[in-house]
Amino acid sequence: MNNALALDKNIAITPASERELKNRVSVWTAIQNTFTFAHRTLLKSIRNPESFMDVTIMPIMFTLVFTFLFGGSVSGSIANYLPIIIPGILIQTLMTSCGAVGVQMREDMDKSITNRFKSMPIARVAPLAGALLADILRFIVAGIVIFTMGAVMGYKPEAGILAVVASILFMTLIAWGLSWMFTFTALSVRSSTAASTTGMLIMFPLCFMSNAFVPSDALPSALRFFAEHINPVSKAVAAVRQILSDGTVGTDFWMAIVSVIVLLIIFVPLTLKVYTKKG
Amino acid sequence: MTNLAIQANGLVKTFGNNRAVDGVDLKIPTGSICGVLGPNGAGKTTTINMLATLSKPDAGSAKIFGYDVMKETQKVRQLIGLTGQFASIDETLTAMENLMIFGRLHGYSRKDAKRKANELLEEFALTEAANKALSQFSGGMRRRLDLAASLLSNPPLIFLDEPTTGLDPRTRTQMWSTIRNLVKNGSTVMLTTQYLDEADQLADSIVVIDKGRVVANDTPDGLKKSVGETSLQITVKSADSVLDAAQIIERILKTKVQISESSELTAPMNNTNKLTDILTALKEVGITLTNVNLRQPTLDEVFFALTGNTEVKEEN
Ligand SMILES: Nc1ncnc2c1ncn2[C@@H]1O[C@H](COP(=O)(O)OP(=O)(O)O)[C@@H](O)[C@H]1O
Ligand SMILES: [Mg+2]
Repeated sequence: MNNALALDKNIAITPASERELKNRVSVWTAIQNTFTFAHRTLLKSIRNPESFMDVTIMPIMFTLVFTFLFGGSVSGSIANYLPIIIPGILIQTLMTSCGAVGVQMREDMDKSITNRFKSMPIARVAPLAGALLADILRFIVAGIVIFTMGAVMGYKPEAGILAVVASILFMTLIAWGLSWMFTFTALSVRSSTAASTTGMLIMFPLCFMSNAFVPSDALPSALRFFAEHINPVSKAVAAVRQILSDGTVGTDFWMAIVSVIVLLIIFVPLTLKVYTKKG
Repeated sequence: MTNLAIQANGLVKTFGNNRAVDGVDLKIPTGSICGVLGPNGAGKTTTINMLATLSKPDAGSAKIFGYDVMKETQKVRQLIGLTGQFASIDETLTAMENLMIFGRLHGYSRKDAKRKANELLEEFALTEAANKALSQFSGGMRRRLDLAASLLSNPPLIFLDEPTTGLDPRTRTQMWSTIRNLVKNGSTVMLTTQYLDEADQLADSIVVIDKGRVVANDTPDGLKKSVGETSLQITVKSADSVLDAAQIIERILKTKVQISESSELTAPMNNTNKLTDILTALKEVGITLTNVNLRQPTLDEVFFALTGNTEVKEEN
């Protein structure tokens, strides 16, 4: 092993002047790069199974705690509370996961490997887009875990299994939109610790000042206005409840979609800006 | 014109009030090794970061093989390989996975990426460790993998930021022969180092930087010549008299004297006839010497003469 370091083979290096170079990254390359980064993110999280705890153990625990703690007082019985709490847990889990995505992104950026990526002829957004793409898988895992937990506790949505699949996909889309907002704040603050705190600070009011865990008419009036008319989380949760019980989509569904599009219009450019500017 | 691999004019980078790089000019011919020498905090990494398109200069311009780093960024990126000061590989992945990912990002197909990765792992004696987690890698193995990752695209220009800092002497010598081979294959190398012997051993030209400025730019021999043909080394018998001796020598040679190991004095000398004056003057004040020596200056002494500080001598 000693002197094998001596690159004996003569790999003749093509001189710079004989290379054909382009100053743009094609859309196709950008897409390929994004998938490579998504693959990298997945490989890394498989090596580090604890990273799946927030989409597996956590929602199971929350479902149990909320159901047994509030089930009786909010809805009279556990069976009546499950249709309320399951969509609530779903959004809360996804938002927590979004926060983790942002923090992860931030930690990655503070590592010197980012320097290597920056020196390579790849699309600047690919590391970010790839990580966010890989997280869709986490969201789907969370959805499956939560609905399985619900079924174990006796929850059978009236609209059937297709409605469950539709709910998971819908919530994944919502979460994906929200994850840009979380990533933006995580990249904007000073440190990754601050990033994780800010993530919580965003998640808590959005989740708890909503109809996610209790019907909004149980909230004090000021909060109730926010919960019913402003908070997009409420819309998403209401939309999911409607999908699960009636198998239909209504105003809430479209309002939630519009909110996500607005979020994306605001936060995608902002996130890309801080991402490319950092370092 | 494009015979220059790197051409930089007046590069400036400031962090707050700190002018980390303060007007650096560089001209590095294709096919050569340029050693950038300077103590910790001199601005070596910041300079490399601007040349390797990681950060934008606040002023000045730079061209890599004639391509502007700010306007033709993506072209420049296709021509460079960067091995940063700190390992830029994924700790949680294996060596093979790391190289595969970087290879795919360089546009290789899955098959080609695998072939290229295997080739590099073999050349860097990492084949056996290909599927091991990096947590089991020694410092030297990490450096090798990091360098291998920079060579995936066969870049004609390679930046090596302190490639041997923290390596044991044997691994360091291996790294040197690797670097020489890169140039033999047609690459240009710009490396930074805090080790003067490293620059002396490897580089065709040496750029000495201190506090963000180029204080010298020459061949290793040229540098030595410009500072003084010979170096005078005197050891005094009693350490108490070392400061007096230094004063006397400084007065006669009109240069700074470097004191090391409490009783050893070193000074650059252009006129060896002055030796007699020095010895006489020392004798007059009763300073006894145990050793007098005239020789070619080392780069340590060159550095001292150029910047007036000795901290580069300390390792770690
Ligand atoms: N990202 C940064 N933010 C603020 N100051 C920095 C940053 N990077 C480097 N510096 C400062 O710039 C100077 C030069 O640093 P650097 O280029 O890393 O030196 P070297 O690589 O020669 O040791 C130092 O004073 C360092 O503290
Ligand atoms: Mg440095």
